[in-house]
This record gives sequence, C-alpha cells and structure tokens, in this order.
Amino acid sequence: MTTDDILVEVKDLKTYFMLHEGTVRAVDGATFSIRRGRTLGVVGESGCGKSVTSQSILRIVPPPGKIVSGQIIFHRNVKKDGGSVVEELIDLTTLDPDGEKIRRIRGKEISMIFQEPMTSFSPVHTIGEQIVEALLLHVTNDKKEARERAIDMLNRVGMPQPSRTIDRYPHQLSGGMRQRAMIAMALSCQPSLLIADEPTTALDVTTEAQILELMKKLQADMGMAIMYITHNLGVIAEMADEVVVMYLGKEVELADVASLFDAPKHPYTRALLRSIPRVGRKSRTRLESIEGMVPDPYSIPAGCPFHTRCKEVLPDICPVKEPPFVQVGPNQWTRCWLYAKGQ
Amino acid sequence: MTQTNVQKQSSSQTQPIKMDGKLLDVRDLRKYFPIRKGILGRLVGNVKAVDGVNFFIREGETLGLVGESGCGKTTTGRCILRAYDPTSGDIYFNDRNMGVVNVATLDKAHLKALRRNMQMIFQDPYGSLNPRWTLLQIVGEPLVVNGVAKGQELKDRVAELLRVVGLRPEYMVRYPHAFSGGQRQRIGIARALALNPQLVVCDEPVSALDVSIQAQTLNLLQDLQAQFHLTYLFVAHDLSVIEHISDRVAVMYVGKIVEMAETEDLFTHPQHPYTEALMSAVPKADPHYRSRRIVLEGEVADPANPPSGCYFHPRCRYAVDICKTQAPFLRELRPDHFVSCHRAQELKLVGVL
Repeated sequence: MTTDDILVEVKDLKTYFMLHEGTVRAVDGATFSIRRGRTLGVVGESGCGKSVTSQSILRIVPPPGKIVSGQIIFHRNVKKDGGSVVEELIDLTTLDPDGEKIRRIRGKEISMIFQEPMTSFSPVHTIGEQIVEALLLHVTNDKKEARERAIDMLNRVGMPQPSRTIDRYPHQLSGGMRQRAMIAMALSCQPSLLIADEPTTALDVTTEAQILELMKKLQADMGMAIMYITHNLGVIAEMADEVVVMYLGKEVELADVASLFDAPKHPYTRALLRSIPRVGRKSRTRLESIEGMVPDPYSIPAGCPFHTRCKEVLPDICPVKEPPFVQVGPNQWTRCWLYAKGQ
Repeated sequence: MTQTNVQKQSSSQTQPIKMDGKLLDVRDLRKYFPIRKGILGRLVGNVKAVDGVNFFIREGETLGLVGESGCGKTTTGRCILRAYDPTSGDIYFNDRNMGVVNVATLDKAHLKALRRNMQMIFQDPYGSLNPRWTLLQIVGEPLVVNGVAKGQELKDRVAELLRVVGLRPEYMVRYPHAFSGGQRQRIGIARALALNPQLVVCDEPVSALDVSIQAQTLNLLQDLQAQFHLTYLFVAHDLSVIEHISDRVAVMYVGKIVEMAETEDLFTHPQHPYTEALMSAVPKADPHYRSRRIVLEGEVADPANPPSGCYFHPRCRYAVDICKTQAPFLRELRPDHFVSCHRAQELKLVGVL
C-alpha cells in the first residue's frame, strides 16, 4: 500500500468499557488504514468490536466506553485561499468528543449510516428537514439552496418523486426507501469517508441488492471511501477492497479481498469461511462449525483469544502468549503463532 | 400409520384423503387479515397474507419455505399449527394417533391432541422463552400439560432432552437469561422435541444467530431429524440456509407459492423469474463473482392491494401482456417441479452455478 492515498490510519486503537463487573476490552489493538475512494470491510461476529471501532473513529463511543490508547490519524484535505489543497493530519483521539473541531468533521467529512434507519431518523421531523439540517450546519446558509441540494441528493439515491418525498416522515417510507433517505442524508455534505454499520442487515435480499448497487454507484460518482461493517461474508466479498477480520476486540487478519477469500490465513477466518452455507454448494452436507462459543467479554482467554476454539492450537505457546501481527503475503497480515514461530 | 381412521372434518370432504407418504398436504390455504376503519369498524379491505397456497411435505423430509418479508411464509407456518385460524382451505395432516385429519377445521379437543405431534421453533430465542421459568419448567411444560411425566421422571426426561440438544443437564435449574442466543435456541429446540413430534415448523430458527452458531444449530437440526425421524417445514428468508437444509423448496411471493421443486433442481434450473432474481440477489461469498446480479426494480407488492394478473409482473423483466391480466396457476411443469408462470415453458432462466 502506498501512503499518499491514505485517508484514515488507525494505529493500535484500544477502546475499553469500564464497568462494575470489570473492564470490557471492546477494541484491543486494531491497526488498519482506509484508503481514499476504496472500501474497507470489517467483519466479525457480534461482540467482536467492529461497531465500537467505527464509533471510536467518529468519537461517539457511548460512556462508560473510552479510547485508552492508540491513534486515529485523519488525513484531511483543506482548501487554502489560493485554491491549492493541503493535506492536514488530525489525530481524532486527541479531540474533545463534544468539541467544535470533531463536530465539523462528524457528519461533514465522516458520516455514518446505521442498520435500522427507523431508529436513526427522528420520527417527528420530515426526512427533508433532517437532510437540510446537516446541510445548513456544514455547507450553506441558504435554506432554499439547502432544500434544492437535498432534493438533488434524494434523486441521486433513486428516491421516486424526490420533490414530494422530501416532505414525508420516516414512517411513511418502506425499509428500503428509508435506507436510501439515510444514505442521502449521510452523503449530502459529500464526506470523504462513509461508515456503514450493517446497513442492509434489516433488509430483504432483493432490496439489499438494490442498496449495495446504489452504494457502489455513488462511490464511483462521488469518490468517498467506505468503511463497511457487517457479519455477512457474502456482502464483504461483494463490496470490499480490503478486509479486516475481528475476533474479541482483536484484529486477527487484514488482507485484500481476493487473498482473504482465496487464501485465508488465520484459523478463525478459515473456520468462518467454512461455516457459512453457500448457494450452489452441494447441499445436505454438514457444515464445519466452530466449536464452542465466543467467550464472555469479562473473561477473555489469555494468550491468543481464539485458542480455546482453535483446531490448530499450538499448546505450548497459544494459551500463554499473544501472537504478534505478522505479514504473511504482499497484502496480508495475520495475528497467529502458526505464522510467527520464530518470533 | 393407517388411513382407516379418517376423520370427516371438512363438510366438503367426504372422501377419505390419500396421503401417499405425505405427512402434510396443504390445499388452497388462505388467511386474510381484515382492515377496519372508522368507529364502526367498517371492513375496508383485506391483507391477503396467504392467498391460495398449495404444497405438501413428505414424511421425514425438509421443505424449505423461502420468500421476502411480508410474503406470508410465517403466516403459512402458523396456520398449519392453527396458531391462526385460516380463512379457507384445507390442511391435511397424517397424525400418528388420529390418522388423517384436516387441521383447518379441527375442534379444540382434537387440536390439543394434534399439537403433541406438531411443534414450532421460533426465530427470536430471547422473546420465545419465559424469563421467569427455569429450563426444567420451560422444557418440561409440554410433558406436564399433556400428563406425560412428572416428578423424577420429568427431571430425567428433561435432562435427556437437554443432553440431546447439546446442553448440560445441570443447567435445568437455571433461567434463560444465563444463556447465549445459540444456547437459547437449543432450549427452544429441546422444548419442541419434548413430546417427540412428527412435524416441526421452524420459523427462521437461525436468522438471529451469528454465523458460527448458525452452523452449529443447522447441524443439530439435521442430526435430530435423522435421530428422531422428524419432518421439518423450514421457513427462512436466507436462500443459502434454505438450500443447505432442504430436500425441497417452495418459493413464496405476496401470499402465493410461485415455484416448488427439489432443492438442486430449483437452484440449478429455476423456472420462475422471481426465483431467478432472488438467487442472483444473494451476495456470494466469493469476490470473483461480483456484479452478475439481476437487480429487481421497485418493491414487494402490497398484499392488501396486489397488482392485477400475476403479482410479480410489475417487477418482472420477462412480463408480457397476459401477465398483466391473468393470474397464473401453480402447475407441475415436470415431475416434482411446480411453477406458477405463464412463460415458464419458454423462458431460459439462470440458476446458480
């Protein structure tokens, strides 16, 4: 990976939740980069820390969660008076989460779409009011222009009759249409990064297909990077350029999408890929399931957190020492002792 | 199982019903939910959730019922158990004790006897278990209610059931909150199996679970089917899960079955344009297969106000004039492959590779 097209660099990010029962290490050392105009897929089972990672970038981790260490470097393009574009580096972890600076980035340069659009829209405002609000906050002071831009954006996301739909309330729209409105709102300020947290999980397959195609088209048109969080490996294969696989707050594998699916390295990634039923594969065979279940977050196993369920566990080292993140291919890194024996 | 003990439940049905190895035979099942308006509750229309559904399930097989939300697949499953009273139609079930009965018209006393042999597994492992009950109470309830076991015998039977679904018998004193989603789904399965039923209606049993737990649960359901000779009606929206578990698959669209066939036949040679589109819409876990999909225009039709003719015609890329005016019927195009499309014979549709 060259460094000049990097948009966000996450370095050894740790976000912990301090609870009475103990400390939950929701994200425990994540390192990856998001490149401009590309899609990073983040995949893992529930509780693996994929959503908290994205919340950390936007600095919206709900209390008592806290970023304890690490850096999130945002490469921001700033237009200087002369018209030249200068790259400015901001470490998002150092900003005040309620401060002016992050609020100018949040929603404008980095925006987010959620799994359930019904709960992320305000039910008492029309979708137009909600899109216009973002535009008035970040882009323009002219209400008429903001409304025109909102209509234009609704049109671009394929909303039928946008000049009428803009005055509808969220409950008047179907699930797919609501997700389109959500995307319109998120993209209205032309962000450089769109974080999509399971945006199609609540939708039907044919609607999901429409939304995935729409996001790809908008990315081609507008050039934003996408951080796509999902548990669905099919969607990852469809959307992502690079993929991060997470398990219990740890990044266990990072690779370009072809390497990940063709030659997965980490035993967890391999097991995950084998455990999904696939259309077109001979049916009525047994699925290879991963034994046991994800351990409880208060008692994460020592050493490699996956060793309790791993079929290729090395009994001498895996339960004792946490493996390093090692490079195993031109675009592939993994956190496993099978590939780091000498170290 | 003999058919001598046929009960004449339906007035229109005086002939003994031949089941021919079928456990369940659903004929022209309809379930309408009335839409009422105004203070007088005037009937202004019906949501035709299930609108003339025909299918059958053979003994010991798994029939997958697949479709998008609102297509009526869950309602169909619930009508079969008489959790809903169907508006019309017949549901013949070859009960191990009572012989062939029409579930649609069965009276209360017979229904209770019937439900020993028909059970259900629900989607939401959180909502379907009583949080104030221990596993002994939850799993043991069907045994107590039906007077099958009590006291130490009940405990032994519950312990055995828990062991069968892969839970430790010691857990029977615990409450559901102490268990993860996958374990709760196992509890629901243990409860469904308590009375050794013939038919189990599985309503989206794995869609709330993580992938690794989903695989365990699917394997468990398959093992139990082999062990206890169960018959499943497996309702799901996920085509890959359906393909994995089903012997035959029925595809539903807006209250009707549009295609029904043996699994491999359906996936390799679909005959209905909706089936084709549905299969191409599923994101494949293979980055080399990108963008060969058919993206359907528009949305699923409103079952309260369905389009004329074939309900799928506004979204169908093969639609011709007849599709707009005449509703097609489900017919057997070739042995064991049923399809409801005017152009089924001439269309060359693409299945999965």
